[in-house]
Amino acid sequence: MLLDFFRRKKKSSAEQAKERLQIILAHERVSNKAPFLDDLRKDLIKVIAKYVEIDPNQIDVKLQKDNAIEILEINIPINK
Amino acid sequence: MAGKVLTITSGKGGVGKSTTTANLALGLALLGKKVVAIDLDIGLRNLDMILGLENRIVYDVVNVVEKTCKIKQALIKDKRTDNLYLIAAAQTRDKSAVKAEQVIELTDELKKEFDFILLDSPAGIEGGFRNAMLPADEVIIVTTPEISAVRDADRVIGILEANNKKEMNLIINRVNPTLVKKGDMMSKDDVLQVLSIPLIGIVPEDENIVSYTNIGEPSILHPNSQSGRAYKNIVQRILGKDVPFMEIIEKKGFFEKIISFFKE
Repeated sequence: MLLDFFRRKKKSSAEQAKERLQIILAHERVSNKAPFLDDLRKDLIKVIAKYVEIDPNQIDVKLQKDNAIEILEINIPINK
Repeated sequence: MAGKVLTITSGKGGVGKSTTTANLALGLALLGKKVVAIDLDIGLRNLDMILGLENRIVYDVVNVVEKTCKIKQALIKDKRTDNLYLIAAAQTRDKSAVKAEQVIELTDELKKEFDFILLDSPAGIEGGFRNAMLPADEVIIVTTPEISAVRDADRVIGILEANNKKEMNLIINRVNPTLVKKGDMMSKDDVLQVLSIPLIGIVPEDENIVSYTNIGEPSILHPNSQSGRAYKNIVQRILGKDVPFMEIIEKKGFFEKIISFFKE
């Protein structure tokens, strides 16, 4: 952990640029392909919050491609 | 044989689309191909000046698609080669003056006469970009190794994929080897890892481009220019030749060389 911390500090600005791009583009590629995902997420939060306690930040809505089939994957951890 | 429509686009503005278009058009023409370059940045005409042809414009692309002139009348012949023609953008109209179907009709007509039709796309992802992208047989995406340019390039790639444009190639422009070495600029490999489309060229940052543009002579006309050499290689690759990517190395002055000698 400590080693990780020091290593991270040493990252060049170019490396940081690449990593930031990879993260943001992974997100944007999905939302551009399925612009409804953001709205769906918001609706899900609204509906489920009526019945159980959830943390909106933990809700994961993904569109995945498995060969020819597109899979809508929704993960909602419930707070105890 | 019918000609090929090659669209040069980028998403972000100011990354070198028009400079790239001018160099590739001239390069292909100097190798004997019949080329027409069309500036589709309606309202922000620029390709004419980069090519040094701004004084010869009578009719523009809006006149052509509105059929107020014949295609032939809008074809501006280059000063240096008989193989290159320009169709200028209209300067007093805006992007809505042209529709994609009209551009397709025009390029279909030009395909009968020319080997290559180069479309210089405006920046952005709106109508003007669509006009340039929809007629394309192949698309060249120009980016620089900066986050904004790469992000916008990725967005453009996504839109092209959604429109079934599968022939896409990447030019990484303005690579500064000193910054890459210091870790302050993404390298060719960094950019390729992010964008994952085939590379067709790397162009080093070349401060002479400013003066070449000042006088309307693209760098491909200057045999000693680094960027000119890079564009020549890209032209070869467009023609299907397998040319190795040139190593972009730091240009060092005499004194810098001595200093780095002592450092070592």
